[in-house]
Amino acid sequence: MSEVRVGPASSIADGERRIVFHGDVEIGVFRWDGKFYAYENLCVHQGGPACEGLIMHRVEDVLAADRTFVRQTFSEAEIHFVCPWHGYEYDLKTGECVGDRRLKLRSYKVIERGGDVYVVTG
Amino acid sequence: MELPLSNQRRMPVEEFDTRIVLKNAARQARARGYQNFPIIDVDSHHFEYEHLPEILKFVEDPVLRQLIEASTIAGYRGVGAIPAGLGYQDYGGRVMREPLRRLEKTDARPHRDVTLTRRWMDCLGVDIAILFPTPMLHLGMHPQVEVEAALAYAYNRWLVEKILADEPRIRTMLYLPFNDPAATYRFVKEFSGKKGVVGFMVTSNRYKPVHHNDYMKSYALMQEAGMPLAFHGAYNWSDQSLILVNRFISAHALGFVWHNLVHLTNWVINGIPERFPKLKVVWIESGLAWLPFIMQRLDNEYMMRTADAPELKKLPSQYITDMFYTNQPMEKTGDMDLIKTTFRVTKAETQLLYSSDYPHWDFDLPSVIYDLPFLSEAQKRNILGGNALKFFGMEPPKKKLAQIDGVAAAEGFPRMQAAE
Repeated sequence: MSEVRVGPASSIADGERRIVFHGDVEIGVFRWDGKFYAYENLCVHQGGPACEGLIMHRVEDVLAADRTFVRQTFSEAEIHFVCPWHGYEYDLKTGECVGDRRLKLRSYKVIERGGDVYVVTG
Repeated sequence: MELPLSNQRRMPVEEFDTRIVLKNAARQARARGYQNFPIIDVDSHHFEYEHLPEILKFVEDPVLRQLIEASTIAGYRGVGAIPAGLGYQDYGGRVMREPLRRLEKTDARPHRDVTLTRRWMDCLGVDIAILFPTPMLHLGMHPQVEVEAALAYAYNRWLVEKILADEPRIRTMLYLPFNDPAATYRFVKEFSGKKGVVGFMVTSNRYKPVHHNDYMKSYALMQEAGMPLAFHGAYNWSDQSLILVNRFISAHALGFVWHNLVHLTNWVINGIPERFPKLKVVWIESGLAWLPFIMQRLDNEYMMRTADAPELKKLPSQYITDMFYTNQPMEKTGDMDLIKTTFRVTKAETQLLYSSDYPHWDFDLPSVIYDLPFLSEAQKRNILGGNALKFFGMEPPKKKLAQIDGVAAAEGFPRMQAAE
């Protein structure tokens, strides 16, 4: 099993990310709600650095009981990161492209050992 | 700089470098062998308003110059003297190139826009780029016709004298103040033959019909001078038809096609290609899907109403495929057979010119063309560069001008901090 060390878990605050290298492959490691997630830093669209963009909650339309539009809001539960090249959005917890969930970033298992965070690359 | 995020969070950004943002593009360029053939980008942009004080020096009307200068002091942008277009192209900060670019460091010489343009060109593998403005794409919406002409003249002189003169890899199809036909003619006369000016460009978001008699002498002059004409798509969210849509995606998806649909229809149905058979025309930034649509619509109705278009000697679609098109923003989400058919019916092998539209939010890398599975290597190279060289009558560069390998060094630059 090959691993890439990301760093001490204590150095990555909730809501932060790191980019680590495994040979020529860049991997984005996110910490959100105490859990770690890792994806290849390569957008499914045109190959942009998908993991380096903004971390944004899902935008939702708020409808009234009679189905009329009230306003928009940010989700409290669903969090995305956004490729800075063109705006493709990814579900931070699954790596799925939220515009078409059949498309996914390559994901990696993340483990914590001895206070350090590692990405399992093979 | 701090970017506002969802749910009251903020993201500090300390630095920005185009070469880091585009490092994956440079990898694509090397992996696909772009160093082996020329790439000509027929639509790219800079943000000329960052240099407005420089441009204003070329405004000949001292009252207008003072008016604009006063309206832009201290970063005040509430109600200005220049139209900039409504639309949150930065997508709520998700696509950050424009706001963050002010953090990018450049040397005092050459001009900052030359440096920034070279940087993205090298990353993409682009040897020669046709550069257009950004906010000034909306000048045609200015209600004061004389202001469009005055600002366009100032921008053009600044572009020619301060940017194009410094970098032969950067060229332009020069902005025409189309709302003023007399000024349009004067511009063609004055700027034809200037270094770096390889044609002229009309932004499509305007309300003057392209077949009006007032424009014929300008078309004749361009034809005589061998200067191609471009119609560059743009949107006007305040258009009576587009005020019906409530989201930017809708205004943009429809708007960038709408004006070119109207102008191309007028161009063909009024027989302008028959009147100026040697005038080369390229339609920019409407993608490709609109073409099979309008070819079928016009052919179908022309066969029932040929008397409405008596100057035509062949089907409208045949005039359409005599003209040229740029790819961006190429519709890439449909099935590949549909894209392949679009390329076939539009004669993309000879008529399609690569365009990136960089740095705008919906730019296309060369790989958008290069990775299409149904194109041969020769077809890819034609679309990415060969067709444009013929279109503009340019000599192929003797060697690769884009410093693709030079970008590799930039990968060692400090990474943009994206921590929250």
